[in-house]
Amino acid sequence: MSAWLRQHRQAFGAALRRLARAAGIMSALVIGVALSLPAGSYALLESLRALTARLTLEPQISVFLPLEARRADAEALGAKLRADRRIGAVRFVSREEALKELKQVAGISEVIAAIGRNPLPDAFVVSASAERVEALAADLGRLPGVAHVQADALWAQRLAALQGIGRVGLGLLAALLGAALVAVTFNTIRLQILTQRDEIEVSKLIGATDAFIRRPFCYFGLLQGLAGGVVALGIVAAVLALLNRELRPLAQSYGASFSFAFPPPADALAIVLLAGVLGWLGARLSVNRHLREIEPA
Amino acid sequence: MVSFSAVAKRYPGGQEALRGVSFSLEPGELAFVTGRSGAGKSTLLKLIPAIERPSSGSVIVNGQNVGALNRAAIPYLRRNLGLVFQDQKLLYDRSVHDNVMLPLAFSSHTPKEAARRARAALDKVGLLAREKANPVQLSGGEQQRLAIARAVVNRPAVLIADEPTANLDAESAARIVEIFVAFNQVGVTVLIATHDQALVARYGKRVLTLSQGRLA
Repeated sequence: MSAWLRQHRQAFGAALRRLARAAGIMSALVIGVALSLPAGSYALLESLRALTARLTLEPQISVFLPLEARRADAEALGAKLRADRRIGAVRFVSREEALKELKQVAGISEVIAAIGRNPLPDAFVVSASAERVEALAADLGRLPGVAHVQADALWAQRLAALQGIGRVGLGLLAALLGAALVAVTFNTIRLQILTQRDEIEVSKLIGATDAFIRRPFCYFGLLQGLAGGVVALGIVAAVLALLNRELRPLAQSYGASFSFAFPPPADALAIVLLAGVLGWLGARLSVNRHLREIEPA
Repeated sequence: MVSFSAVAKRYPGGQEALRGVSFSLEPGELAFVTGRSGAGKSTLLKLIPAIERPSSGSVIVNGQNVGALNRAAIPYLRRNLGLVFQDQKLLYDRSVHDNVMLPLAFSSHTPKEAARRARAALDKVGLLAREKANPVQLSGGEQQRLAIARAVVNRPAVLIADEPTANLDAESAARIVEIFVAFNQVGVTVLIATHDQALVARYGKRVLTLSQGRLA
């Protein structure tokens, strides 16, 4: 067992030394740049997902009463809305409550103070299923005592749909660049095998098993993939820092605190490990294919 | 130790290198395989470590039927053999010492024991003083001695050499054969292929003469 472990340690050390050479570092950089695209896209999409999760995605319709409407009118309209089976939930938002909420938005309280009166009407916020929301909004707009109807959250739904498309695109991009990683490693190992052809042939002649010969190449593929993954995360961190530097003042101008987040530690680790596994796979495929071509004669 | 029974070897394309070859090498025996170029000497030697497989007949080495061995078992067969080639097959990007260490890389010896064995093998062939040199700095005879050191470092039971004295002057050739004789005297079975009849005659050992793939 100790001899087996020693051989693994030696193979690992040989792979590490090979990776530290200029060609190994360049290959890891190429892989890192390629992987930074899906890794960065993942970070951006996850940040947007976190943002939209805070928004309501359930379709809602705001039904505004005229400014001069009395509370009794509002109660009558509320009863009608609650009786409508197409409507899921009904919430009354008084004009005083609406004003209070509006005042919390940065820069608005000064505008309202300048107006000198509450410009907001009483309103009902009702929920409905997505497929019914447009027809329902039209019907509610025709009800007596209704001044204006606005269907909310459709934009959030569209954003969610765009995110879905983004996730599919990200999956495809990741698969494509994962295949590229395997191909890059396959070719790197092929070149290494060619340059070490004499050593491999002699090793086979004097009793080295295929596993013994394969080991340093597989370790190299694994290490190169891991290094590529770390480089990719470094690139993502740098790009996000640059984007956030520009984004923060913009978000603050809207009273928000949004910024793009670096993937959480578990996800970052998964990206690095996946890169390592793909590198190992590329090396294994290459070494299996090319070792058989080298037979002592 | 090594036994050939009605062995034939045909290469793809139909060339018949060996025909009905039968002989046995007893443990501790030293024998020469002679014959002209193309007589089948190299093919015969390549059958022993399974570099080539017999087309028919059987080759038994250390009790194993080489023709029936699967691919995964071949390295373990070769670890019990010492192989010396005419072109030495040395690695010129590493030192003399590291060349001898190569077979020990997949042995169970500790690094300290492996280094001790490598130095002992180099000492036996008279190259210990050159252990840090690169093989390109060695003469032809020294390179062949280095190849022998690498072949014996794992203390094989059988030593096989294909034209180890080719391209060497008479003095260097004699020194190489003396090394093989010395290993034979401590019990190693040795089979040497050579076309140098004078060298063979000098030692009075068993001679297997091949002619057009057949043993005379």
